[in-house]
Amino acid sequence: METISVRKLTKRYGKLLAVDGISLDIRKGEIFGLLGPNGAGKSTTLLMLSTLLAPTSGSATVNGHDIRTEPAAVRDSIGMVFQDPSSDELLTAYENLKLHALMYDVPLREIDRRIDDALGLVDLRGRKNDQVKKYSGGMRRRMEIARGLLHEPAVLFLDEPTIGLDPQTRKHIWEYIRGLASRREMTIILTTHYMEEADQLCDRVAIIDGGRIVALGAPAELKAGIKGDLVTLTGKALKLSGVQKLPFVQAVERNGGKACIHVTDAAKNLPRLLRVAGAVDSVEVHSPDFDDVFLRYTGKAIRDGDADATEYMRTMARAKK
Amino acid sequence: MSARKIAKGIYALWYREFKVFLRERSRIISSIFLPLLWFVIFGEGIGTIANVGADYNAFIFPGFLAMTIIFSSLFNGAYLVWDRKIDFLKEVLVAPLSRTTTFVGKALGGVTDAMLQACILLVVGIAIGMPFTFFNVPLVLVMLIALAIGLVSLGLIIGSFMESPEGFGLVSSFAVYPLFLLSGALYPLDKLPAWMKVVTHLDPATYAVDGLRSVTIHASSLPFVTDLVIVLAFDVVLIAVGTWAFNRMKL
Repeated sequence: METISVRKLTKRYGKLLAVDGISLDIRKGEIFGLLGPNGAGKSTTLLMLSTLLAPTSGSATVNGHDIRTEPAAVRDSIGMVFQDPSSDELLTAYENLKLHALMYDVPLREIDRRIDDALGLVDLRGRKNDQVKKYSGGMRRRMEIARGLLHEPAVLFLDEPTIGLDPQTRKHIWEYIRGLASRREMTIILTTHYMEEADQLCDRVAIIDGGRIVALGAPAELKAGIKGDLVTLTGKALKLSGVQKLPFVQAVERNGGKACIHVTDAAKNLPRLLRVAGAVDSVEVHSPDFDDVFLRYTGKAIRDGDADATEYMRTMARAKK
Repeated sequence: MSARKIAKGIYALWYREFKVFLRERSRIISSIFLPLLWFVIFGEGIGTIANVGADYNAFIFPGFLAMTIIFSSLFNGAYLVWDRKIDFLKEVLVAPLSRTTTFVGKALGGVTDAMLQACILLVVGIAIGMPFTFFNVPLVLVMLIALAIGLVSLGLIIGSFMESPEGFGLVSSFAVYPLFLLSGALYPLDKLPAWMKVVTHLDPATYAVDGLRSVTIHASSLPFVTDLVIVLAFDVVLIAVGTWAFNRMKL
């Protein structure tokens, strides 16, 4: 049974088509990922499904309620954790959660117990009475995830749940999200631009680029969809134009002194490839991972977070000198 | 939506406004000292030349009670702009509450803030011998609440249209100063030129100040009940516009 059903959902801002006729179905208890680069339309899709933004055209139902005609019923049954912090930092965690519980009509007798449980799950019970302004970014995120669960929604939307968090906290939050989906049969829809997150956490992933779904399936299926192997060569004078003409070469990506070459049957064809490639310093052969899936469908590599983006800018700056 | 849900929603928003208010001590302090400062300067300065047929201090003190309400009520709308800026507004707007419920909860929070400040000033007034009695204080409070309801609504209306706190400050000061200066808080209105008198009649604070004077120094142009009814009429209009403004508000 589909918990969420989306049909040709479209959002247009003036000339910009932010979301371009997306259709998909999400099953109950599934962890569904929307993967894409910044500006691909992931957050816009989430805002439309949570009724905070009206679609230009198309339709969607969440828990059987139409997002356009029954927004109140939709909002009753969903939880939303925004990408940007949306708590009041003058209030304590307890007060932020209590405010949320009251707005979502949690029975008064249960409020304190649920706040305690939710904060326990994200390891913040001991900081319950601290003002949120004293929290680190990661703690605040965890607090907001706990808040999104207080009213035990059937569907939880997470917009970039682990952005800016350290790897340890990220893994911790993944475990927690998995637990919610399996134990409570909660349907979870998250957006991410972390490959690892999409690959390891999600049951199914939709890759979004330019407002359209370019691929949809389980991470394993998507990886299996890329036939062949990847060969990475390094060398100062690689002759890539010759390589491109070889019959078994599917695609060539160049990145500085490095080239990533999609080939069929690397074991058989590698010697021939190396004869054409010129002076090669090192060779690496590997089977496709999720990064390659993304590259294949969107034609570009995704940058994992700001640290990597900065790293990339530095590399580019160095290359120019 | 059930009555219980609406009541909890209103309580939730009030709870938050009230907690935030208690944490911002500098605001509470300035909102009490500003009227006192005006009171001392005006009472001593203008008092020497003013001829209002009564003790000038007793004449203007109700005006400064109204001033506290005017300033803090309208300023409350800045919180709405701030909520938008810190993205807290998203958390409120995605909740399954009607916009009317959201408006009422926020307005009640604002009225509570304004009234707490006015009450502190009122206690100061009683301590320094202003003409407050066991009988007129309840009427004074009723009038101040009535004024606060309308002006908090006005602050929220302005806030719902503003994107930046700076913009709010600019627009709200265009409302705050005329509301205060034309209310008769500082001087009697009966000797004003005719065109200006017309303008003062459009200011709800005029009737509130008049009503406050009628029960404290027994000098007013209208009976207390008439003043109160007119202020309440302003409230009805401003609440209606406020709920409309909240219903059209986007993220």
